[in-house]
Amino acid sequence: MARADCKILSSRFGRRDGHRLDVYRAEGGYTALAKALGGMGRDAVTAAVKDSGLRGRGGAGFPAGVKWGFVPKDAERVFFMVNADESEPGTFKDRYLLDYDPHLVLEGAAISSFAVGADLCFVYIRGEFGWLVERMEQAVAEAYAAGLLGKDILGSGYDLDVVVHKGAGAYICGEETGLINSITGTKGQPSIKPPFPAVSGFLGRPTIVNNVETVAAVPFIVNEGAAAYRAFGTEKSTGTKLWSVSGPVRRPGVYEVPLGIPFREFFAEHLGGMREGEELKAVIMGGSSVPVLTADEAMAVNLDYESLQEAGTMLGSGGMIVIPARCDMVELIQVLMHFYWDESCGQCTPCREGTGWLHKIVRRLRRGEGQAADLDLLEKVCDGMAGLTICPLADAAVMPMRSFLQKFRPEFEALVREPRPAGAATRWPRGEEVPHHA
Amino acid sequence: MSAPVEETRRFSLPEADRERFASILERYPTRRSAMMPALWMIQDRLGHVPPEAAEWLAGELGVSPAKVREVLSFYTMFRERPQAKHVLQVCRNISCHVMGAREIIAHLEKRLGVRLGEATPDGMFALEGVECLGACGMGPALQIGKHLYEELTPEKVDRLLDSLRKGEPLRPDTDRELEE
Repeated sequence: MARADCKILSSRFGRRDGHRLDVYRAEGGYTALAKALGGMGRDAVTAAVKDSGLRGRGGAGFPAGVKWGFVPKDAERVFFMVNADESEPGTFKDRYLLDYDPHLVLEGAAISSFAVGADLCFVYIRGEFGWLVERMEQAVAEAYAAGLLGKDILGSGYDLDVVVHKGAGAYICGEETGLINSITGTKGQPSIKPPFPAVSGFLGRPTIVNNVETVAAVPFIVNEGAAAYRAFGTEKSTGTKLWSVSGPVRRPGVYEVPLGIPFREFFAEHLGGMREGEELKAVIMGGSSVPVLTADEAMAVNLDYESLQEAGTMLGSGGMIVIPARCDMVELIQVLMHFYWDESCGQCTPCREGTGWLHKIVRRLRRGEGQAADLDLLEKVCDGMAGLTICPLADAAVMPMRSFLQKFRPEFEALVREPRPAGAATRWPRGEEVPHHA
Repeated sequence: MSAPVEETRRFSLPEADRERFASILERYPTRRSAMMPALWMIQDRLGHVPPEAAEWLAGELGVSPAKVREVLSFYTMFRERPQAKHVLQVCRNISCHVMGAREIIAHLEKRLGVRLGEATPDGMFALEGVECLGACGMGPALQIGKHLYEELTPEKVDRLLDSLRKGEPLRPDTDRELEE
């Protein structure tokens, strides 16, 4: 299939009218909801999503249909939540879906809610996306007025309410138990698993939390079938993926491509390579929390779950951050460690203390106060964090920290080995602060 | 700014918000789960959530005032004190940093005469550094209220500040021309 045809999620991106219900319906919108409710049934929808191989697009990559299958069959009440708390640095794909195609997200959310037996669905949108909260509220109101939400949807007897919930600035609420706790009206701190939310989540009831991009793929799967979805991608990484690309490439932005295409090709054909005068140094493929790849490593990988894992990194959220040669990697890791330290929710000691220490050690290296032992100390602090906390935020800090240190060690060593000669041309003379990260 | 809290101060929900509050309580399955939308309602009206409003909300939701305060302080977007007229929140995370956020911040500091984290004495502008705003491909970016200004250059920053001073803000980049 021609790659230009691959528009399962992005057919209305960039358009001025795609957010309107009449436009969405004229282009086949809500026919999948009608099909699901009008005879296909819950089990067949879940089976189709399972067969499609659709994996969670928020970062973890867990198969969506399998997650749905964890909801106990005899559950009295079930909740569904769309995770639109898109906060992973480098990621802005869900923003495009909410902005240009809110009804695609809503239709997917309604079908998914139906499949798991939910009667109440929350769309949790990060607070910084204020304009998208309004966009989605407008879409919800349109859908209610058209009988696509609310009581007895399309005469099927199925009732579903949708509530747009506005977050208030906390990265941690993108973690599903943090998100659930946030809606409960408490601090958005994650809970220990098990019990998994699919068994005991919001108000102690089975709760399924899926990413925006995940639910947006559901209408296609229901309408066209699992095999049509599998026709895109590779055997284990099925379908298409949205990549949000930042950095000094010629054409940054959001792209939908089948999983499995070589990065080299994506970089050249879609992104147009680097801007004039810039040279590729490294790429963070899946949002700031995954291990960085050097330019050579990046040029050798394919963009799918398995290939990226084999290369020692992860597909994550698909937030691709392209790093040019002019960037100092120690400076960039300081920016990132500041972020994780800032966003640690503080309940687990290894994360609360560890992220702070990683930031402090990198900062003192850059201030010219580092000692040779600090590089080992960074490793040791990472060892004391990874896998030892309730949620993956500690690991999310450790993965970039370790990979930056391992792959760009000379840049770290240069900060401890010897003082730069006075007057030497450096972008970051010893002692100079990054003002906004001091 | 540390005026003593008057114990007698009481909050009552403005008439204009009664309907909104009732609809929040109707849509959320428990009173406590109405916490965040209710805080947004108060902040949208007053610009911040004063202590007497937090106490009022605690009573409405059937939780202790401490439970409201812990939510208020957990989220960076909820404000417990009055804010400057224009709060400029500049992204300082990795993608914007690579694209020149540092220069934009330096330019804003120079133009406003304040450091990051400070407000101008006339209460017109506050300058804050924030984490990723989801504008990574369009950086450097800053947020004012519910909208973003993207692909910032020193010249664009100057135009933005001028427009805010004149009371006719530049159209934000996220306020797209929509076909109605």
